[in-house]
Amino acid sequence: MDFDLTDDQRLLTDSVTRLLADQYGFEQRKSLLKTPMGWSERLWSQYAELGLLGLPVPEEYGGFGGGPVDVMLLMQAFGRHLVLEPYLASVVLGGTAVRLAGDDAQREEILSGLAAGETKLAFAHGERQSRYDLTDVLTTATPDGGAYRLEGAKSVVLHGDCADRLVVSARTAGGRDEAEGISLFLVDAEAPGLARRGYALRDGTRAAELSLSNVPATLLGERDAALPVIERVVEAGIAATAAEVIGAMEAMQAMTLDYLKTRQQFGRPIGDNQALQHRAAEMLVAMEQGRSMAMLAAMMVEEPDAGERARNIARAKVGVGQAGRFVSQNAVQLHGGIGMTEEYAIGHFFRRVMVIEHLFGDTAYHLDRLADEVE
Amino acid sequence: MELRFTPEEVAFREEVRAFIRDKLPADTRERMRLGHKPTKQDTITWQRILNAKGWAAYSWPKEHGGPGWSAIQRMIFLEENLMAPAPELLSFNITMLGPVLVEFGTEAQKRHFLPRAANLDDWWCQGFSEPGAGSDLASLRTAAVREGDHYVVNGQKIWTSTAHNADWCFCLVRTDPRAAKRQEGISFLLIDLRTPGIEVRPIISIDGSHHLNEVFFTDVRVPAENLVGEENRGWSVAKYLLGNERTGIARLGTSKAAVRRAKEVAREVRTRGRPLIEDRGFRTRVAQLEVDMKALEITQLRVVSAFAKSGGKKPDPLSSVLKIKGTELLQASSELVMDVGGPLAMPAWQQELAALANEPAPVPDWAPAMAPAYLMLRAASIYGGTNEIQKNILNKAVLGL
Repeated sequence: MDFDLTDDQRLLTDSVTRLLADQYGFEQRKSLLKTPMGWSERLWSQYAELGLLGLPVPEEYGGFGGGPVDVMLLMQAFGRHLVLEPYLASVVLGGTAVRLAGDDAQREEILSGLAAGETKLAFAHGERQSRYDLTDVLTTATPDGGAYRLEGAKSVVLHGDCADRLVVSARTAGGRDEAEGISLFLVDAEAPGLARRGYALRDGTRAAELSLSNVPATLLGERDAALPVIERVVEAGIAATAAEVIGAMEAMQAMTLDYLKTRQQFGRPIGDNQALQHRAAEMLVAMEQGRSMAMLAAMMVEEPDAGERARNIARAKVGVGQAGRFVSQNAVQLHGGIGMTEEYAIGHFFRRVMVIEHLFGDTAYHLDRLADEVE
Repeated sequence: MELRFTPEEVAFREEVRAFIRDKLPADTRERMRLGHKPTKQDTITWQRILNAKGWAAYSWPKEHGGPGWSAIQRMIFLEENLMAPAPELLSFNITMLGPVLVEFGTEAQKRHFLPRAANLDDWWCQGFSEPGAGSDLASLRTAAVREGDHYVVNGQKIWTSTAHNADWCFCLVRTDPRAAKRQEGISFLLIDLRTPGIEVRPIISIDGSHHLNEVFFTDVRVPAENLVGEENRGWSVAKYLLGNERTGIARLGTSKAAVRRAKEVAREVRTRGRPLIEDRGFRTRVAQLEVDMKALEITQLRVVSAFAKSGGKKPDPLSSVLKIKGTELLQASSELVMDVGGPLAMPAWQQELAALANEPAPVPDWAPAMAPAYLMLRAASIYGGTNEIQKNILNKAVLGL
C-alpha cells in the first residue's frame, strides 16, 4: 500500500499544471469553444512536445511507457481546466485499442504517430440503437481480398470529426447482442464511403455520427473476438474520465467555497449559514469518496483477473457518477442564479460531469451489472 | 501509488484471521454470528485471549505493551476482528485511556493502570457527557474541589456506556469554576466506581437493552494522585483523547459482516414466490452498499497511510469523513439486515425468553437480533461527536468556512 507519487509523476503533474494555468483560463477556453474545431491544435502540439500524447504509449513506439496512474494524474489536471482537446478519444480510447489489438506493424505505425502528435484516433463503437450494450453491434464487415468493406453507422463517436484514423467495430459473424463475431477495424478518415457529421456535445466537446457505405478497412486484432478488447478500451475510458471528474469536482468545490466566503446576503457571507456549511461538508465527503473510486479504477485498469477488474471498474463508475452528480448539482445550488449562467464556469463543469456520466454506461447501468453479480 | 496490500500485509491478515478462527470461543462466536451483542464475559474473555497473544493493546507503544504494528496492520487487525465477527476490544481501555496515560500519566499511573487496562482487569467507562453538556462538552459542571490530598466530586454524568459493568471511570470535572475560558477550568480525573457516594442508574435504550447509564456523584472523595495531567488542563487531555488515532472509527468490518449476513438470510427467505436473494430491488441495494463500502475502504486506507506518514501525531481532519460515511453505512447495512428479516424481525421475544425456555423458538435464530441492531445503531451518528458536529469540524479544519 502506497499513495505516494514517483518523482516522474510529480514532475508530470507540475508541468501540466503550469501549462494549463497559463494556457487554459476560462476565457481562453471560451474562445476555443467558438472555433469550428472546438479545440486547439497549437496546444495539441505542445502536449506532444511535453510527451503527454505518448504518456501511455510503450517506449519502443516513442512513448513514455506510463501506466494508468500517470493517465489518472493527467486527466485530473485536464478535468480541473475542462480541457477540450481529443485526449480521451485519441490517446486513451484509440491508443488502448491499437496497443491491445494491433500487430507489430500497426502498433509501430499508429502509436508512434500518436505519440508524435501526427495521428489522431477515435474509437467508433456505439451505434444509434446500442445505448450502453457493448455487444449490440449491427455494422457489418465483409471480406474483400485481403481487406474488408464496412457497412453501417456509428453514433456519438467522441472526436470522430477530427480523427485521422478511426478504430471501428463491426460484425464479421453472429447477430445483434452476440458476444462472438465482433471485430475491430482501422479506417482512414479519407476513405471513400465514410461520411462524418460533426457536432458539439452539451459540454462543448466534439463528437460525430459516422455513416459507412462500402468503406475499405483493415482488420485490427483477432477476427470475431474483439469484445474483450472493446471491454478493456471502455474500462480505460471509465478510469480516465473518473479522474477527469475528480479534477472537475475539485474545481467546483474550490469555486463554491470561494463564493460562500465572499457573497454577502443579510449583511454577512452566505457561508456563515450552517445549512450551507453542512452542504459544503457533504460535497467534500462525496468528493473524497469519489476520489477513492477514481484511484480504484486506475489501479484496476491493468488487473489481470477480468472479473475482478470489471467489477471494480463498474463500482468506480457508479461511485464517481454519484459523487459527480451530487457535487455538481450542489455547486450550482450554492451559487444560486449565477450558477445557472453560461457566462460562469460552474455550469461548464456541471455539463462536463453530466456528459461523462452518460459515457461508457451510466450509474444505473453499472449498478444493474453489479446487481447481477450479487452472490 | 499502489492500492494493493504487500505480501507481508496479506500474510499478516491471514495470521490474524487464523488466530481469530482458532481462538474465539465457540459460544461467543455463535452469539456474534447471529448478530447479538457480546456479553460482558464474552468481551472480557476475548480481550484476555488477545492480551495473552500481545495484541490487546494494539495501538500502544511497544514499551507499554503494544505489538509495534504499523498503521496498516492496526487497521487490518481491527477489520478482521469486526468481520469475524468477534467482540470488540473495550475502546475505553484501549483506544481512550491507554494512549492518554501513555502521553499524560505519571509513572505510577502507567505502571498500575496500563497492564490492568490491557488485560481488562479493570473495566473503564467514560464520564464526559452531562445533561447540559452534550456536543457542547466544555459547558460541563460536575465539580471537583480540592480538600487536602483528595478531590471531592459532586455532579452528574449521563449516557455513560457500560458504567454498570465498569470498575473505573475517567471523568472530566470542573476544578476552577472561575476560569476566564470554560475550557480552562477542567481536569481529567480517574474515579474508582466503588468509592462511596456514587450511584449508577440504568437508561434503557430503544433496542430494549441496558447499555447506557446516568452516574451521580455525591461528595465522592478521589485521591489527588488520580489526576491525569495538570489540574485545570484536562481539556487538552480530552482533546488528545478525542483526536487520537481514529483508525477504527469507520467500523467498516461491522458493515461488511452485516451485508454478508443479509445475503445469507436472503437465501433462506422468499418474496413473491422466489428467494429474496433473487429480488432485483434487494440485489441493487446490496450492490449500492458494496460500492459505498469499497469507496470507504480506500478512503480509510488513504487516511491511515497519511496518518502513518505524519509520524502518527497529527489527526487527519478527514477522519471526520470516515466517521460520517462509516456510520451511514453501519446504519444502512443494519437497515438492510432488518428488512431481510421482515415480520420475523419484529417480535420482541427475547423478553419472553425465560417463559419460553421449554418451547420451540417462535422465530428462526437469525431473527431476534436484527431489530435491536438497527435500533441501537441509530446512536452511531450521535455518539463520538454527532455527524453534524463532524461536518462542523470539516468546515473549520478543511473548508475554512
